[in-house]
Amino acid sequence: MSATTDNRSQARAHAQARWAWGAVLAVLLAAPFIGLYPVFMMKALCFAIFAVAFNLLLGFTGLLSFGHAAYLGAAAYFTGWLVKQAGFSPELGVLVGTLGAGLIGLVVGLIAIRRQGIYFAMITLAMAQMVYFVWLQAPFTGGEDGLQGVARGTLFGVLPLASDTTMYYVVLAIFIAVFLGVIRIVHSPYGQVLKAIRENEPRAISLGYDVDKYKLLAFVLSTTIAGLAGSLKTLVLGFATLSDAHWSLSGEVVLMTLLGGMGTFAGPVIGAFTIIGLQNFLADRVGSWVTVIIGAIFVLCVIGFRRGFVGELLAWQKRRQGAG
Amino acid sequence: MEIFGIPLQAFLGQLLLGLVNGSFYAMLSLGLAVIFGLLGIVNFAHGALYMIGAYVAFGLTDKLGIGFWGALVIAPLVVGALGVAIERTLLKQLYNIDPIYGLLLTFGLALIAEGIFRDQFGVSGQQYPVPDLLQGATNLGFMVLPNYRGFVIFASLAICIATWYLIERTRLGSYLRAGTENPKLVQAFGVNVPLMVMLTYGAGAGLAAIAGVLAAPVIQLTPLMGSNLIIIVFAVVVIGGMGSIMGSILTGLVLGLVEGLTKVFYPEASSIVVFVIMAIVLMIRPAGLFGKER
Repeated sequence: MSATTDNRSQARAHAQARWAWGAVLAVLLAAPFIGLYPVFMMKALCFAIFAVAFNLLLGFTGLLSFGHAAYLGAAAYFTGWLVKQAGFSPELGVLVGTLGAGLIGLVVGLIAIRRQGIYFAMITLAMAQMVYFVWLQAPFTGGEDGLQGVARGTLFGVLPLASDTTMYYVVLAIFIAVFLGVIRIVHSPYGQVLKAIRENEPRAISLGYDVDKYKLLAFVLSTTIAGLAGSLKTLVLGFATLSDAHWSLSGEVVLMTLLGGMGTFAGPVIGAFTIIGLQNFLADRVGSWVTVIIGAIFVLCVIGFRRGFVGELLAWQKRRQGAG
Repeated sequence: MEIFGIPLQAFLGQLLLGLVNGSFYAMLSLGLAVIFGLLGIVNFAHGALYMIGAYVAFGLTDKLGIGFWGALVIAPLVVGALGVAIERTLLKQLYNIDPIYGLLLTFGLALIAEGIFRDQFGVSGQQYPVPDLLQGATNLGFMVLPNYRGFVIFASLAICIATWYLIERTRLGSYLRAGTENPKLVQAFGVNVPLMVMLTYGAGAGLAAIAGVLAAPVIQLTPLMGSNLIIIVFAVVVIGGMGSIMGSILTGLVLGLVEGLTKVFYPEASSIVVFVIMAIVLMIRPAGLFGKER
């Protein structure tokens, strides 16, 4: 294989990728007009933002947070309460909710980065459970019922969000901004340091990087974006409940990322759409077996599909390039 | 008689309840620590195995008429065999990759178990009767001790100490500890390490099941009882550090007591006190109270 054919096949792969992205974008833009149920699409996009945020940590920094629902749930409650009880506008409710989740992320991050690897996972899970119990007892969360009937209001005082189509394009715009923003972060010098930490933490330390500071910032960024997902979700669906903060959701976001392909950009999005779609499809059909099926997918992914959809696709492309 | 403005009876009652919970924490964190030591896997399914143990006992008594004592022997064997099967078919494939995959796999297993039992039993609780022999209560003069609760504490302590003795003081235990340090070398000395690993996971699963059967008469059986407990046990393990067997036992018991005390003085905080302690310990001593920093 000569260098020119290598370049040519790489160029072809890039062209293919551009076409794929264009097609996906076209479908997303046209979604309300081609019969895709907008509330489902919005919910899936919110969880896609959530999974993208999570992947920034797991895929690009190598930290497994097992309590990410805490931040989605916190922002969901903050936004829900601010918009419903305090009369905040939607944009301010989302902003404060998102920052609130980031603040909790900062506190948890300061504690959790003191341990590595598997302990980090256990600590983030335990801290998330603590936050869950706080929501369970706090007076403003509505206990088991949650906060119901949160109105979407009017964006910037000019754009009423009550219509699902309008809301959909707002969510889509935010999703695209987050998606491109995360790509930007990963390709920035800061993102490269994160990658170095993921690959070999002792070496990053010996090169003089204050890895704890880098990891903490990644954790706060990730939890803030997870919060954004939660705030949007509350606006879209009109409620915030305990299940937004439950550990099973923390597990689901791991599964979305793993199934789609951790450490890839498109992976978490594909994973989120797959899992949310699957849950939607199964919800009325199989009852408790949804949990069993999700668990089984988890097991199968870990045993034989650790690269996920996108990871497998990239590996297949590479093999083909190598052969041709 | 009162203590800090709280009737002594209520105070001691909560303390006792805390000690009962603490003995479950101790038994479960002990199993987690042993499994982690040899397999390098944080067994999220530990809570599910505990739950299955309780339900197997329930099934044995309810359907087959086998009493508590029979169930206390049979259920751990059944769950232990299940553990062996899990280790042989699934966990075995994960030994050379990042330990987070072990956590994720066992998390998936816990979801599967929880879903199946929820389909069978719903989310409302089942009752398991206290065995006849241990009905009633004994008046100790300063408090009335329900016989069964006393038995649970006694039995758990006995099991914990027996496990500690087995690991720290016997030849088999020395193989186990050596296997934790350097499995390849131990294998080279002619010890069948894969067999040991398999039996360790089986024994850990059995231990979780014993805790489940012991817990059955004092709690409501629900399919969710395992996951709720395992997260607290994770915090216990982080606080104690997974390095020491005796450390796990002591940390479990003490945290149970602390939780009981919190229930007396500030009930709102009782569900989060263990997590708060975890955060404080991490700030002061990141390796945990009995752990060694790697």
